[in-house]
Amino acid sequence: MPRIISKINPKAQEFADNAAHMQTQIDDLNEKISLIKQGGGEKANKRHTDRGKLLPRERINALLDAGSPFLEISQLAAWEVYDDYVPSAGVIAGIGRVSGVECMIVANDATVKGGTYYPLTVKKHLRAQTIAQQNNLPCIYLVDSGGANLPRQDEVFPDREHFGRIFFNQATMSAQNIPQIAVVMGSCTAGGAYVPAMADESIIVKNQGTIFLGGPPLVKAATGEVVSAEELGGGDVHCRTSGVVDHLANNDQHALHIARDAVARLNRTKPLALDVKPSVEPSYPKEDIYGIIPKDTRQPYDVREVIARVVDGSEFDEFKALYGSTLICGFARIFGYPVGIVANNGILFSESAQKGAHFIELCAQRKIPLVFLQNITGFMVGKQYEAGGIAKHGAKMVTAVACANVPKFTVLIGGSFGAGNYGMCGRAYDPRFMFMWPNARISVMGGEQAAGVLSQVKREQRQRAGETWSDEEEKSFKQPIIDTYEHQGHPYYASARLWDDGVIDPADTRMVLGLSISASLNKPIEDTQFGVFRM
Amino acid sequence: MIKKLLIANRGEICCRIINTAKRMGIKTVALYSDADRHALHVKMADEAIHIGPSPSNQSYLKIDKVLAAAKATGADAIHPGYGFLSENAAFAQACADNEIIFVGPPIKAIEAMGSKSAAKYIMQQANVPLVPGYHGEDQSPALIKQHADDMGYPVLLKAAAGGGGKGMRQVWSAEEFDDALAAAKREAMSSFNDDIMLVEKYLTQPRHVEVQVFCDHHGNGVHLFERDCSVQRRHQKVVEEAPAFKMSPALRSAMGDAALKAAKAINYVGAGTVEFLLDTDGAFYFMEMNTRLQVEHPVSEMISGQDLVEWQLRVAANETLPKSQDELHINGHAFEARIYAEDPDNEFLPATGTLHLLETPQESKHVRIDSGVVQGDEVSVYYDPMIAKLIVWDTDRERALARLSQSLGEYRIDGVTTNIPFLRRLIDTQAFKDEEIDTSFIEKHHELIFQQSNPNNTNQLLNLAMYLSLAEKPLTSVNNQDSQSPWDLISDWRANDTYLNRYFIQLNNQEHEIAVQRLKVDNRASTPSGTFVIALAGESYQCEGQLSGNRLLATVNGHSESVTINQIQHDYALFHSQGMTKFIHIQKDLGVTDDNEQHGAFVAPMNGTVVALLVEPQQAVKKGQTLMIMEAMKMEHAIKATQNGLVEEFYYQAGELVDGGAALLNFVPSEDQSL
Repeated sequence: MPRIISKINPKAQEFADNAAHMQTQIDDLNEKISLIKQGGGEKANKRHTDRGKLLPRERINALLDAGSPFLEISQLAAWEVYDDYVPSAGVIAGIGRVSGVECMIVANDATVKGGTYYPLTVKKHLRAQTIAQQNNLPCIYLVDSGGANLPRQDEVFPDREHFGRIFFNQATMSAQNIPQIAVVMGSCTAGGAYVPAMADESIIVKNQGTIFLGGPPLVKAATGEVVSAEELGGGDVHCRTSGVVDHLANNDQHALHIARDAVARLNRTKPLALDVKPSVEPSYPKEDIYGIIPKDTRQPYDVREVIARVVDGSEFDEFKALYGSTLICGFARIFGYPVGIVANNGILFSESAQKGAHFIELCAQRKIPLVFLQNITGFMVGKQYEAGGIAKHGAKMVTAVACANVPKFTVLIGGSFGAGNYGMCGRAYDPRFMFMWPNARISVMGGEQAAGVLSQVKREQRQRAGETWSDEEEKSFKQPIIDTYEHQGHPYYASARLWDDGVIDPADTRMVLGLSISASLNKPIEDTQFGVFRM
Repeated sequence: MIKKLLIANRGEICCRIINTAKRMGIKTVALYSDADRHALHVKMADEAIHIGPSPSNQSYLKIDKVLAAAKATGADAIHPGYGFLSENAAFAQACADNEIIFVGPPIKAIEAMGSKSAAKYIMQQANVPLVPGYHGEDQSPALIKQHADDMGYPVLLKAAAGGGGKGMRQVWSAEEFDDALAAAKREAMSSFNDDIMLVEKYLTQPRHVEVQVFCDHHGNGVHLFERDCSVQRRHQKVVEEAPAFKMSPALRSAMGDAALKAAKAINYVGAGTVEFLLDTDGAFYFMEMNTRLQVEHPVSEMISGQDLVEWQLRVAANETLPKSQDELHINGHAFEARIYAEDPDNEFLPATGTLHLLETPQESKHVRIDSGVVQGDEVSVYYDPMIAKLIVWDTDRERALARLSQSLGEYRIDGVTTNIPFLRRLIDTQAFKDEEIDTSFIEKHHELIFQQSNPNNTNQLLNLAMYLSLAEKPLTSVNNQDSQSPWDLISDWRANDTYLNRYFIQLNNQEHEIAVQRLKVDNRASTPSGTFVIALAGESYQCEGQLSGNRLLATVNGHSESVTINQIQHDYALFHSQGMTKFIHIQKDLGVTDDNEQHGAFVAPMNGTVVALLVEPQQAVKKGQTLMIMEAMKMEHAIKATQNGLVEEFYYQAGELVDGGAALLNFVPSEDQSL
């Protein structure tokens, strides 16, 4: 396979400036994540561990196979969304290896508001389940939660994508033989009680985990009966008397040990219908990406330089290199797995859109996973292009992306604006995973463009009213719009609302994609039936 | 000419004899007890005969069984080795009666040297110098005291029938004498049922120097020089060397002549050793004569270039001695260190167990290892716990000693406690180097020899952490075709974070937390390697490791060393240049699942024998009450009730052997736990 020859000069001043700029953003990201990883803070953590409980991340570490990676999703969930501080939305989720099986792990963080479900907690839990369902991954729930966040019941309880959907998913996944394992390590109150009750197999920690529909205060209020939490719904009751739980554990470590054993006897295999070759590291350092991405987002660069730092041996077999050159398509391998890569090298024209649609068809036909590297301001506009049918050509690409039934993976490595987001497999197009780089921006259009459009409308209104509008006035009208777009287009804002699965260090892109692709292969790749392409 | 030789022994000496016999074209027959069914000596011999249960008094010491084995296999000679039947006149007689050659001295010589006082009498008659003393039959205390006063204090009182230090007393002044005599007599009476005492001059700084002699049936006798065996603990030799240091040719010749004179006095034939006490002034005194091949004979072989077993076999076949005195010369210097399964820090208690790891130094013209065990063998309670003899040779004492030190460092044993660290400290003392040695060497230098070496624990903890990190098995997917998956990598990868592996290690009863960041680990290779940042006690270390088998090449902050690690469950032994360090890898606490939580208390603490059952089954017992007594390693262990209850069933009866870890009894706690 042809190898990409890098034209980057790591000695150039520009490279150093770019790298420094990216490093600042990565440092900021790491700083935020390290704060988030402390969960509910020192005091809450101490209260938690003093009870002999492990912190949620320690629980996950103990559950995983030694040395296993953990592909955590949505670390930034709920970041600066609520008045309350709810790091990671109070639930930690991600994929890890347990007894040789890639599993989705969902762990409540009781140090964060008692592990109660905020709207974004629900959204994150459901997203984790969606990932599990789409990729055929057993689910392990490490339950330690007070249930729905009562003050926000209207945002977490009634709707289709609210709390009830968790149990719907458990039932339907179980029906598809996607195992559901619950480990009760703390409270499982009210609705929460259904997590272990709906599980295929459940484990509870004695003198620690409790499961009941109504807690002691509610029981007392309802019937006057005075009962302790342990008597009402402790491990002993549920393992010996009620049969709600299957295994009684002595402590957290023991419970996780039992869970590992439970996974070990699931009798699962991982289908692998791909032509896999030995994995080779890229020929260029992954950290070079920092210096490649221009500090000024408007400045163009060759996306092949990024591809060269993601794929095996920097080998990239480009498709239609001479046609529609603003969209780069080609075959490569990541950790030995064959992939088709679709990456932006400028604005989308009719030719690039048609080329993209063609390439996606090829990959769907051959059952090759698709990787989208998004850096797109949108489709070309203007009389000539509209007349040339850019809308229908763009639609072809969108149709192809929407229908392609191969695993799709999207990384926002720069801008993600307008219909470009659709053509490049944005969130609405169900990529199996979607990640953002810290320098990426996402919005319906660029802040400048939006401000320009809005000020154009405003100016016309003023002119109709016979008023004048000074340049100063226009500038002060535009600035807040630009600022808002900048704020809302920022990866933290996006990730906090689960528009993606997480913000990643660009140097980790290869690893993240490798883990994601490998996890996705737990589900056999299906045939694709495309819709009608407008010709 | 002997055609087929039966070796009435086991272990290293049996293997050693088989080697020589094979070289001489003699067929060999080994014996084995139940415990030795798979022992090395059985595998090495041409034939092997099962001779009974494991205890030696029911197997290797059974004269009739040994002879029956010889007859059954058509052996025409029996080599008794050392120990067991080697100095048993009755056995020699039985061989003669059955017309089988006994590879050893004439029966009369064995008998003559069997009694210490009789031996001394014979030697006195033959003008062999004896320690001044009184060996008379008149046992009146006053007379004995008179002799003591005459020879001057200190003196040593000994039981005539004694051995092993029983009935022995040092007396430093006339005032102490009467009490000491009475006490020694009492002890002798209880130990040997005979209180006849002898008194001898007590030498304060004597050396134990023995001369190897050899005589044939044709009146020829030579000596193969001397060995210094002064380094002893409780009359057991620890390190031997040949030739003896600080030895003038004149003294050597005088001692050699005296030894031959002693041999001649009893018409000795074969290999024998005449033991002398050598005083600081060069005076030497006959102690006793051993009428067999000695454990430490290899040092004489190394410096003389002779094979003493070959000599024994030739002499037994009525040949003349292979060499005359003039043809024998000392070449270089040799040491022997006895490697024992024992715990020097715990009064040299014999140790038992499985030799999980047994790595020896490379054998060469400088290094010889006489051993009867291989890795995986069991060191049982039944026999002498000697694992091997390490013999080294070089052109002079200093070089030989350096080789001994080096070779001991290369000896790696795990699974059984050994005296190797003790031996290393002993031979590394300046006094040992300086030849300032007498029989009280170990007591004199007790502090140095028993002082725990203090290796760089930090480095060893880091090495262990690297080992644990590298030895982790590669992750395996449920699909083994998915071989390239990044999920298989030992990466510890975390999004936007660094993962630290935390190991909790116990060393010298202290717990250490070690945090290992695996920067890069390739554990799919046949020699896993990796780079690490390891945090220990607030310090951070840059580390690199490569693991080949159980050998770790470790680099810590730029300093490399090679260490060997052996793992037995969660116990790790790390062998490094300064010795061996033991660690326990503390596991996750999974709590106690069994409701019957006291169950663990009723397992055998180690291999041993049940001495007594102290309660009846179904009899109510109180917490703390002793239920049964086990003996292991010569110590009694009481198995006590952990709470009120009763023993439903004992799984073993008194006298039965129990493996360590076996459940001893079934205990049922009672409802009533009041005391």
